[in-house]
Amino acid sequence: MSPLRILVVDDEEELVFTLAERLQFRGFDAVGVSSGAEAIRASDAGEFDVVVLDVKMPGMSGLETMQAIKRSRPVTRIILMTGHGSLQDGEEGLALGAFDYLVKPVNIDMLVAKINAAMGTAG
Amino acid sequence: MSQDPHRSAEMAEITSEPGLEKTQFRYRRLRKYSILLTSLVALTPLIAMTIINIYQYQKALKADMLFPILRQVSNTRHSLSSFIVERQSALELVIREIPFEELRDQERLAGALSHMKESFGGFVDLGIIDSKGDQVSYVGPYNLAGKNYRDQDWFHEVGLRGVHVSDVFMGHRGFPHFVIAVVHGLGEGDYYVLRATIDSDMLYRKILTQNLRPTSDAFLVNKSGILQTPSRFYGAALEQCSIAMPSYSTNSEVVELKDSGGKPYFLSYAYIEDTPFILMETIQPESFMENWLTVRNNLIWFLSISVILILMVIVWGSYHMVGRIREADLKRATVLHQIEYTNKMASIGRVAAGVAHEINNPMAIINENAGMVKDILSVSESFPLRDKMQKHVDSILTSVERCSRITHRLLGFAKRMDPHIEEIDLDQLLKDVLGFIGKEALHRNITVNCEVPGDMPKIKSDKGQLQQVLLNILNNGIEAVGNGGRIDISAEPKGDRRVEITISDDGPGISRNDLDRIFEPFFTTKKEHGTGLGLSITYGIVQKLGGQISVKSSLGAGTSFTVALPIENSAIRG
Repeated sequence: MSPLRILVVDDEEELVFTLAERLQFRGFDAVGVSSGAEAIRASDAGEFDVVVLDVKMPGMSGLETMQAIKRSRPVTRIILMTGHGSLQDGEEGLALGAFDYLVKPVNIDMLVAKINAAMGTAG
Repeated sequence: MSQDPHRSAEMAEITSEPGLEKTQFRYRRLRKYSILLTSLVALTPLIAMTIINIYQYQKALKADMLFPILRQVSNTRHSLSSFIVERQSALELVIREIPFEELRDQERLAGALSHMKESFGGFVDLGIIDSKGDQVSYVGPYNLAGKNYRDQDWFHEVGLRGVHVSDVFMGHRGFPHFVIAVVHGLGEGDYYVLRATIDSDMLYRKILTQNLRPTSDAFLVNKSGILQTPSRFYGAALEQCSIAMPSYSTNSEVVELKDSGGKPYFLSYAYIEDTPFILMETIQPESFMENWLTVRNNLIWFLSISVILILMVIVWGSYHMVGRIREADLKRATVLHQIEYTNKMASIGRVAAGVAHEINNPMAIINENAGMVKDILSVSESFPLRDKMQKHVDSILTSVERCSRITHRLLGFAKRMDPHIEEIDLDQLLKDVLGFIGKEALHRNITVNCEVPGDMPKIKSDKGQLQQVLLNILNNGIEAVGNGGRIDISAEPKGDRRVEITISDDGPGISRNDLDRIFEPFFTTKKEHGTGLGLSITYGIVQKLGGQISVKSSLGAGTSFTVALPIENSAIRG
């Protein structure tokens, strides 16, 4: 079975690439991008199973990006990352079709668990 | 509780304290002016009216009393005047109708005297005196025939004026009488005089016909003040009267005088025209004074009682009014202070949230990179300092987690929560909360006493947040009291709309300075641990639930927090 393809999106480049690398370390095929627009392009180009998406980004917001990705590839599972002040964004994201959300800074084990859960439910 | 304190309601008192003396002086002055001004406005017209009233009343009473006196004096004067004029006219008739030669005849003169005695009375004798002053004829009880009057003043006066009425004098027989003399011309400058002596007792009897009060007196004096008739109080006839002569007037007059003892009395007098006589009547104003004194005393009593009543009302009113103003001022100061404090908390909250947000991202980066290092170490078994490195990375991760907790709480404090409102049984809620801390309390031998009355109404509020509030306060309390300390929890309804939960401990208490800052974020007295957020978050939650939190503390005696909550939570602040 080929590894799950994960797209990590966050405007903080230092964060996004490290997080992608850590996921790779755990056996995922993870790629990091640093904006919503890049994320949409990447999603269209490669078929990602799970997109880990920061809610708060300059330019295109996480929720907008999520909606665009969902439109072109409805099967993609989305896990949102929110700041503490924006739990509401997380709840809102769930309402808009996100699979789950995490509060930053994320605990890597919890993220892995949620990715597995997302794919598990997807079958 | 290590941080306890006095708060919101108490704050107004704390902050207004430096100006307290000045403020009290201001209210005292306000009260003083209010009393003075109101008294002046209320009492001045009253006193003025009473004085005017007294004066008018006195005037009216006096006029009432003096009018009859004046009338009486006028009447008496008239009758005295008539008495004298009558006799003068009789003499003029005799001298005009009976020729000089006939009058020289003693018998004819005696006939005339006898007629006049019969018709008029009072005549004692009658004499004819020629222009040389010799009495040429005389009838009467005295032996005056041949007497010469040429050198006497009255003889000259009668020559000039045609008539003369003399003062009263004592005659040879020792009774007082006076003289009327009239002149008749004989042509060519010659004349003769008819002179009659009249018993002045007649005058006195005339005076006595008026009914005098026992304290009044009436008598005649001449222009030199010699009594012409006897008097009750001023001496016998022909003695000097002690009353000074009043000024001349053609009418009857009344003057108010004082006797030698300083006692006031009224003197009514009238000059009787063409005679030397002045009629005098004195009245002791006792009856008048009696009436007057009663009226005046009544008025003064009325005034005094009115003034006392008005002053009492004014003083009471001023105290009441100034008290109200003071209360209102205090209330306003408290509200202003609360608004100020709430604003301050809100802006601190906004700043804190901003800072937390900004710190959160770098914190996430540190987290990921430290995690990365840890990941790498986990697969590099040959790395020489692997264990040491692992330890440091763990320390970094733990610290990140701690920072994360702080930012989490900070954001929680600032966050706009949507409270979830449900009906809450406070007794049950307190039992739940005590369940969390029960173990620690037991472990440290702390007595926790919770009293909730059976009729405690259920309140509508957010259960989770209320638990958080009570837990925060209780945790503070447990940290404040030593082993074996005591915490009292009580709840009671306040009116129909609020309930109050009070949590008191017997810990060391909080200084006033600390008390003022106790609800500010990051303010803490716990040096080692504690974020200084617990009570500020508590404060924020209580505000959002539409309640108030206040705190009282005295050093050495403990601290007590009171949370007041609305029963019907209609105004949740989101």
